[in-house]
Amino acid sequence: MPLWQHLLAQTREGFWLILPQVQLAFFGMAILLMDFLLEKGQKSWNVLTALLGVVFSAVSLWKLRGLPQGGIAGFDNSIVVDPFFVFFGFIFLAATALVILLSVKYLEIEDENHGEYYALMLFSAVGMMFLAEGNDLVVLFLALEIMAIAFYVLSGFLRRDRRSNEGALKYLLLGAFSSGVLAYGFSLLYGISGSTNLDAIADAVAVRPPHDFLLLLSLATVAAGLFFKIAAVPFHQWAPDVYEGAPTPIAAYISVASKAASFALLLRIFLTVYWPVRVDWVGVLSVVAVASMTLGNIAAITQTNLKRLLAYSSIGHVGYILLGLVAGNTRGLQGVAFYILTYAFFNAGAFAVIIVLRRKGIIGDELDDLNGLVERNPTAAVLMLIFVLSLAGIPPTAGFVGKLLIFWALIETNHYILAVIAVLYILPAVYYYFRIVAHMWVREAGDVSRPHISPGQAVALATAAAMTLAAGIYPEPFLRFASYSLMLPFGR
Amino acid sequence: MLFSDSQILNTILYTPLVGAFVLLLIPRGQGAIHRWVGNLFGFLGLAVSLPLLWRFRIGQAGFQFVVDRQWIPSIGAHYTLGIDGISFLLVMLTTLLGAIAILSSWTAIRKREKEYYILLLLLQTGMLGVFMSLDFVLFYMFWEVMLVPMYFLIGVWGSERRLYAAIKFFLYTLAGSVLMLLGILAIYFTAHTFDVRTVLAAPHSLFSAHLQNWLFWAFFFAFAIKVPMFPFHTWLPDAHTEAPTAGSVILAGVLLKMGTYGFVRFSLPMFPDATVKFRTIMIVLSLIGIIYGALVCMMQKDMKRLIAYSSVSHMAFCTLGIFALTPLGLTGSVIQQINHGISTGGLFLIVGMLYERRHTRKISEFGGLATPMPNFAAIYMIITLSSLGMPLLNGFIGEFAILRGAFEVNKAWAAWGVVGIVLGAAYLLWLYQRVMFGNITNPANEFLVDLNVREFATLIPLVLLAFWIGIYPAPLFRVLDAPVHQLVIRYDPAYYGAQPAAPASTQPGRALAAPPANLHSLAAMERGN
Repeated sequence: MPLWQHLLAQTREGFWLILPQVQLAFFGMAILLMDFLLEKGQKSWNVLTALLGVVFSAVSLWKLRGLPQGGIAGFDNSIVVDPFFVFFGFIFLAATALVILLSVKYLEIEDENHGEYYALMLFSAVGMMFLAEGNDLVVLFLALEIMAIAFYVLSGFLRRDRRSNEGALKYLLLGAFSSGVLAYGFSLLYGISGSTNLDAIADAVAVRPPHDFLLLLSLATVAAGLFFKIAAVPFHQWAPDVYEGAPTPIAAYISVASKAASFALLLRIFLTVYWPVRVDWVGVLSVVAVASMTLGNIAAITQTNLKRLLAYSSIGHVGYILLGLVAGNTRGLQGVAFYILTYAFFNAGAFAVIIVLRRKGIIGDELDDLNGLVERNPTAAVLMLIFVLSLAGIPPTAGFVGKLLIFWALIETNHYILAVIAVLYILPAVYYYFRIVAHMWVREAGDVSRPHISPGQAVALATAAAMTLAAGIYPEPFLRFASYSLMLPFGR
Repeated sequence: MLFSDSQILNTILYTPLVGAFVLLLIPRGQGAIHRWVGNLFGFLGLAVSLPLLWRFRIGQAGFQFVVDRQWIPSIGAHYTLGIDGISFLLVMLTTLLGAIAILSSWTAIRKREKEYYILLLLLQTGMLGVFMSLDFVLFYMFWEVMLVPMYFLIGVWGSERRLYAAIKFFLYTLAGSVLMLLGILAIYFTAHTFDVRTVLAAPHSLFSAHLQNWLFWAFFFAFAIKVPMFPFHTWLPDAHTEAPTAGSVILAGVLLKMGTYGFVRFSLPMFPDATVKFRTIMIVLSLIGIIYGALVCMMQKDMKRLIAYSSVSHMAFCTLGIFALTPLGLTGSVIQQINHGISTGGLFLIVGMLYERRHTRKISEFGGLATPMPNFAAIYMIITLSSLGMPLLNGFIGEFAILRGAFEVNKAWAAWGVVGIVLGAAYLLWLYQRVMFGNITNPANEFLVDLNVREFATLIPLVLLAFWIGIYPAPLFRVLDAPVHQLVIRYDPAYYGAQPAAPASTQPGRALAAPPANLHSLAAMERGN
């Protein structure tokens, strides 16, 4: 059969497996075309189109949910649709929808209301979805770059803002470097197995002798590239600058969706390819996790900029999530999935409140901008309190349940010292998160303006808060969903 | 329906929460409405708990009014509530002090009333949940949840150094409880359940002696910081001093009891070997707390700080009674916890009333207040006497029982405890003398108004209870008999004589009408008298 016929057959057969991505890409391109036709006052059509794209994609994703054990492979086994993909796909789409809702008013204030913004968001979502779906090094790498390049542009989207440009440049340079390192690791994997397919690589890795140098070299380079993407110590330096400079909705998007996507990649590679050589990476991974918790939680204490504070705190959260992988049992992986799922909501929520504070002439991302928020906008203050409690891991919020699962897994696997360290880092976290609370509730308001919540922001905030509380008070459905996502990795 | 056996605890638990939601719906700026609604639900919270008084089956071993539902099947957590004699008394104390604390805020709190009453009511639900929970996860949730409203009460409505005090309170108590969380998980991996009843019902501890040592300390920090035991008490003077009056009343009256309750409910029955092993340390810390707290009181210039340190001393009596591990010690300890809630709660109310009138808490600013405020002087005197352990008042009963219980084990413990009582009388009476007696030296004090009706209403219930417990404590002893019995036979199966099987568990009594199943502790009490 000629190649083109084969490709056509594969496409016809597997098209429905990539339909969610196709729809996102289609709507993204529609926005690019449409944007030329829209007058300045009609830009909300872009928003509507983008949201519609997300909804269509979510429906297609929903139809993929009932899957046989091990998932369905397509396109010559270069992608695989499994519960793992469906789970992460929903996180990406939810995060994308939230961030779109949060962007509308923000872009108007910044006077950067261009259609490309939403198109790029959808394109990056396409990248994320493939990142969770890919079963082939080439697909994975391309997906990663699709996502990352969209993010480089988005984080520099405030062309006239110095910080935004600086952040974008740093992100680009370090990101390109880390992608290079990751690609090097991928090339070593190809060298080891003679294939780019993850299944074939996993089989080849399983028969390597223990502590094989080549394998360890690939492990080190792949891990370094991935640690950069998830902003784990010592590859975290870009995060605070990028978060601070990027448009706030994009900072939220990076910290929530891009992080989840990178974790999807990390989990897929570590749970399949590197699972047989677990002993070689567990030690390093726990060191990285503890270092991330330490640096994230200690450095956040002294921050006066909210976005930087959240950047450091997100480094700390990465540490907790990695600990779930260190434990590596079912409970730990369930915890990882639950943590990533709920973190998307409560972290996006915290950023959403910062976005609400953005007004003409006020950037609103300093801690002092929160002063007296409870008098100026009590709803925003209460919502921020919910998100902060969740970030700090205080019940009855999702953050507590996520941490509980991680501690559970650590104790179950006899990692007592790690458990004690992890549990004690809640204290500095509470200290700096409650600085936010103190500024909102105790400090007198310096400026008396009342930030207004736009309808889009209201929907996003309400969703995020409802999810945060629901997953804290009645976590059962969320736990089930998290367990569902894990039907894959152990199966193979 | 709401008051059926399976619902009454839910009703009590969620009445304040409903109140908080109702307040949430009333727009801001309506101070008067918030006050009325807040007080309404404060009172309602007390009212719905009253049926327990005659419905609680005295002498019946085990937990009553149990609610048990699936909650998070994935991790095996249940929604389980239930009370025994010990938690019954603490629940009643909580609902009473909750209502009083809310009433006492009427004029004291005039900023952000909406949030204030919402937080007080949320706090109430959190505290009740701690005393009612019979599932470890649920217990831990309530245990931590109630830190948040308390943080705000101190941080927003406190005095000058409120932010420092609030975060100090939060971090100290959190530091203890996060370790307890690990302990709870470790329990799960041994007992394979989060159900408190199952773990407690095991005739012998489910945990190996080695594991008990670890678990004992994991739980110890959570409880010892809450009590607070020496040397973990340093958060308490700051938190008490900076908190608004209602916050101090709740802190002293209820929050500290969570620590002692934790010891009695969890540490003692679950880790008997470790308890015996570390008992001396606990006793020594308690005795240091009694003496040290009292001595520090002598040096205080601030009324509220003095009373705060007196809590260190009085709560150390409670831990002394607990770790004496005798029926009288344990019973006395629980009674003393109630007493401390009544007396110290009352003292904080009194300081709050003075503060509202003079906006200072400095002892040197006062003097001779008995002349312009005779009614105030009388009630203050009664509460002071109740706090220092005057016979006929409640403090005596608790302290006497504790000392008697400690005496059974070691005479020296009791002797040191007595020193604490003497010192307690000294600093409390000296405080009273400096504030109330003598000539009015400060002209600002000349025309202070005496108590008004609302202030009477907050203090009179406490005074009545003080007399009632002081004169006729038998019902309390009867209520506590069954749970204390169960505890003591874990440590000394021969203590109650030939028949080790608890008679309490075989013949459930019916309300106050039924005779107490075991009169031992009562009889001992009377012999002692």
